[in-house]
Amino acid sequence: MKIIVLLKRVPDTEARILINQEGTGIREDDIKFVINPYDEYAIEEGLRLKEKVGGDSKVTVVCIGSEESAELIRTALAMGADDAVHVCDPALKKPGPFTSGAILAKVLQDEGFDIVFCGKQAIDDDMAQVQAITAEILDIPQVNVAVVFEISDDHSSAVLNRRIEGGDERVETKLPVIISCEKGLNEPRYASLPGIMKAKKKEIRKKTLADLGFDSAPGGGRSEILKWFPLPKGGECKMVEAEEIKDAAAELVKLLREEAKVL
Amino acid sequence: MLNFDLAEEQQILRESVRDFAENEIKPIAEELDEKEEFSLDLVKKMAGMGLFGMFVSEEYGGIDAGYISYVIAVEELSRIDGSAAATVAAANSLGIGPIFYYGSEEQKQEWLPKLCTGETLASFGLTEPNAGSDAGATQTTAELKDGEWTINGSKIFITNSASPISGLIIVQAKTGVTSKGKNELSCILVPNDTPGVTAKEMHGKMMWRSSNTGELYFEDVRVPEKNLLGEKGTGFRQMLATLDRGRLAIAAMGLGGAQGAFELALTYSKERNQFGRTISSFQANAFKLADMAMEIEAARNLLYKACWLCDEGRPFSMEAAMAKLYCSEVMRRVVNEAVQIHGGYGLMREYQVERFFRDQKLLEIGEGTSEIQRIVIARKLGCFE
Repeated sequence: MKIIVLLKRVPDTEARILINQEGTGIREDDIKFVINPYDEYAIEEGLRLKEKVGGDSKVTVVCIGSEESAELIRTALAMGADDAVHVCDPALKKPGPFTSGAILAKVLQDEGFDIVFCGKQAIDDDMAQVQAITAEILDIPQVNVAVVFEISDDHSSAVLNRRIEGGDERVETKLPVIISCEKGLNEPRYASLPGIMKAKKKEIRKKTLADLGFDSAPGGGRSEILKWFPLPKGGECKMVEAEEIKDAAAELVKLLREEAKVL
Repeated sequence: MLNFDLAEEQQILRESVRDFAENEIKPIAEELDEKEEFSLDLVKKMAGMGLFGMFVSEEYGGIDAGYISYVIAVEELSRIDGSAAATVAAANSLGIGPIFYYGSEEQKQEWLPKLCTGETLASFGLTEPNAGSDAGATQTTAELKDGEWTINGSKIFITNSASPISGLIIVQAKTGVTSKGKNELSCILVPNDTPGVTAKEMHGKMMWRSSNTGELYFEDVRVPEKNLLGEKGTGFRQMLATLDRGRLAIAAMGLGGAQGAFELALTYSKERNQFGRTISSFQANAFKLADMAMEIEAARNLLYKACWLCDEGRPFSMEAAMAKLYCSEVMRRVVNEAVQIHGGYGLMREYQVERFFRDQKLLEIGEGTSEIQRIVIARKLGCFE
């Protein structure tokens, strides 16, 4: 079985995010980047499926990203993935969802696949569109926000639980399919030290847009990010202090009327 | 030529061990410390990560990752918990190391695979009640007769020697007298289950309370002649070389412990408000934190250089002694100020930094006291000639 996992490099959830001066992105020089946390569930589910199905099953990681993404791709290989495709091109600065979808569809077609796992969304721009666009381009089913995944005995279909508001929805799908993964699907493994050493010898196939047959970034021009700006800061908090509760209430009313001007 | 970048695999290794330590060790460290409990479950998990046998070649079940990688792993464990790091450092440097470097092919085949999976722990029986810094004054004897060694004596403070999975003790024993009239020392492999071996777990420790420390007694213990490690009379040299490499891991414990305590202090000082502002904004504390960060950076550079020399096959024993000495003293200064920054809370178990404060003290005593490190360095400088 040919299993593909999509991976994106994103800022660490604990990183302090600051917008750059031009408002065109975030300041990247001083923060740590990690594998998109939801993609870790995708990697783990891909590896579990490979272990379950056995035979000549293979897990291939596919990533669109800068040179710096290589270390995170290598981490996925250290967790146990077999090889990887790294789409890396200077023309792809911040690909939008249609661009990523068009590129991924091409890579998936070239590689061939039975099943694709990805995170339910990337935690950087929270678009949650790439899996859907990719599936639509390829005209295959997609199941999103999966918390349970079970492959059928003949490996031709799968049953999944999707996490929806207040409960789960059970879905059956045929393969090939794209599945986006939600927290709770599994507990991702650590890259073990032997795994890390083995990963050194695994192949990362680097592709440019030209290698994939594109003259320029595909799928562009649909929408454009104009500016990034932080949320306005919350107002100052003022504590009212008084010995007697009724004095505190009086002071509060005074402040609400005179300073906040809401009464 | 000068390049401070770690290899990609070393960066991945650091991230992975850090995640492991934060998720698997941090939640249980305080309770294990309180109960003085050596967790076999944790050993199993650490073995699953591949933390045993890091510098051993693949043919014996290791991963051949070298000393910088090994030291980074120990550093990351120590950043969270000294006891867990001690278990890994002792298992590798003192249990696996001597067999890997001095063992016969047969000894390596027999022991290394199961030591590298962590199913068995080996320990290094060096220190005795009357032979501490004066390690050559070993009183334990081994007599060769009819193809068997008969061992009598005792050892104390031996890490990993008295747990349910402790399977082998590398015993340094007196096997004769040299032509100069000194003790002739040799190392002999003694399985824990050999009749006459008694391993008693030591309790009441100030530090590393969830690591396993044993007191060992040998009463007419008989093992085959082939259990000799390397050649007869080379025990002292093997011990010195083992400690040279072991110091890199102890230094890593000082470095990682200092890093962990520093991070606790930094986080706390940014959250704690007094006089209407965070205590980190007071210069008295800010300068402490700046000094900690600086000393940790210097310690890391010194240690990694010593590891690099070791990995390159160059002489490194002076740098290893410097790194061990410096890192453990940096940790002392850092934990001291880290507790100070925590104020009254720093004295409470719940605030973790208290454990770092206790765990630190061993580093100035174990695997050669700070005084012995200074002797090693001064000797290299030719001071005693």
